[in-house]
Amino acid sequence: MRKFKEVFIEKSLLTSALITILITLGIILVLSLEAVNFFREVPIIDFLTDTQWTPLFTDKHFGIMPLLSGTLLTSFIAIAFAVPVGLSISIYISEYAPRSFRKSIKPALELLAAVPTVVYGFFALTVVTPFLQSFIPGLSGFNSLSAGLVMGIMIIPFVSSLSEDALHAVPNSLREAAYGMGSTKLQNSFRVLVPAASSGIIVSIILAISRAIGETMIVAIAAGQQPRLTMDPTVPVETITAYIVQVSLGDVEHGSLEYRTIFAAGITLFIFTFLLNTFSYKIRKKFREKYE
Amino acid sequence: MTQQVNDNIVDKSIKRVHKLEAKGVKVFYDDFEAIKGIDMQIKANKVTAFIGPSGCGKSTFLRLFNRMNDYVDGFRMEGEILIDGENIYKKKVNVEQLRKQVGMVFQKPNPFPKSIYENVAYGLKIQGIKDKKYLKEKVEDSLKQVALWDEVKDDLNKSAMALSGGQQQRLCIARTLAVEPSIILMDEPTSALDPLSTAKIEELIYELKQKYTIVIVTHNMQQAGRISDYTAFFYLGELIEYDKSKKLFTNPEKQQTENYITGRFG
Repeated sequence: MRKFKEVFIEKSLLTSALITILITLGIILVLSLEAVNFFREVPIIDFLTDTQWTPLFTDKHFGIMPLLSGTLLTSFIAIAFAVPVGLSISIYISEYAPRSFRKSIKPALELLAAVPTVVYGFFALTVVTPFLQSFIPGLSGFNSLSAGLVMGIMIIPFVSSLSEDALHAVPNSLREAAYGMGSTKLQNSFRVLVPAASSGIIVSIILAISRAIGETMIVAIAAGQQPRLTMDPTVPVETITAYIVQVSLGDVEHGSLEYRTIFAAGITLFIFTFLLNTFSYKIRKKFREKYE
Repeated sequence: MTQQVNDNIVDKSIKRVHKLEAKGVKVFYDDFEAIKGIDMQIKANKVTAFIGPSGCGKSTFLRLFNRMNDYVDGFRMEGEILIDGENIYKKKVNVEQLRKQVGMVFQKPNPFPKSIYENVAYGLKIQGIKDKKYLKEKVEDSLKQVALWDEVKDDLNKSAMALSGGQQQRLCIARTLAVEPSIILMDEPTSALDPLSTAKIEELIYELKQKYTIVIVTHNMQQAGRISDYTAFFYLGELIEYDKSKKLFTNPEKQQTENYITGRFG
């Protein structure tokens, strides 16, 4: 009887694991099949090189570049904001803050990641944009700057929390070595600890990038919905994710070419995040080997 | 408690003889009293060994001399620690400057995850020294002092983590020597090493005392007997006996010391 129970538990655990993998494979399969159908009608070369994305207009263009540029621009702004801030926070918490403070500040920071992104979106649109407009004249109501900044706020905990873990995991003997040599706290942090924790920090940044690229609500609400090939952060743009939302919620006929565009856009997004995650996994593996 | 030290350890006529001095030192970790009032004088250019069972306070006491306990939570100290007659626990003391004068070698070799060259040059670089030629000379000189130069001279840009444990420990000593301290504190520097590497380090310590004042914590009484000129026996936060090593190991004054060195406890 007991043995039967053991076997039952083992099998159900295995099933749960398999289900997760199957669902992932299913998603990839659906994405790929629909994308293949899409690429039967639109040559992949047009998809990659056309500078306009107008699948819903009469004059149809299917160039992913405007969506990609929107995605990269907002993500870049977010990362440019989140990495310095997040890294500073992680160094402060790990090396400077008193232990009691460290215990309370970390969960508080992680709350930032728990705020619903739709709230962030409205925060960007109704607070940050008007605030920025007060000193950036010509900033349009929808723009990548404010969406990117708010997205940056959202991903701060990704950077700070994981980087802090990495810094904290640096053996204390290295801190002692550095202090013993007469390092100040600042020298210890930047010359010894940050390089020693660099793989963990890089992983945290990659995961943050991956999160920023996949983020949907903030950019859909605050960055506008105009696919535009530009690096100007003050004008409306559209990201891949925002486009997918737009079409999914709109009245595009299922099975049409317009409908399939979201799968082509989706698989582009998937390839990006997949590459980033694989990259971070590789670095993490290398990092583990180093300290064992 | 006050330790009466006999013959030439206390020599008030020549002040410089005493490199390090502890006056009425007590250490607390929160409510726990780790050091219960120690007075001690340590001679320049000698090797002084601290022995005693685990938890007797010898490491804590050693770490007072470069203020390494400052980062420990709940640490509090009473009394004075003097180096060349200066109280290093005064408010104005620049702790970073102090640690350049008082180098430290730790129990486990702890090279930075950088190249061999960068490890040795680290202490000079954080002082703002950028002169490449000077740094190179200094690195070579320090590595030669620890007899590591011939082993690594072609691999200076390789990671220090790739060295063996004994090499790493000698590298850590070289790193300390590069900033030209006058005192070197060693906290069980050979406890993680094999006998051969241990022998090399002991030999090195013997040579280094020409130029440096060395204080070494060790669990290994044979080692203390071999390399030290003076030995201090600590027990439960007190300094029980402090004498020339020869005397302490052959003819200790106190029963507790005898019990410990003959292996009856500890």
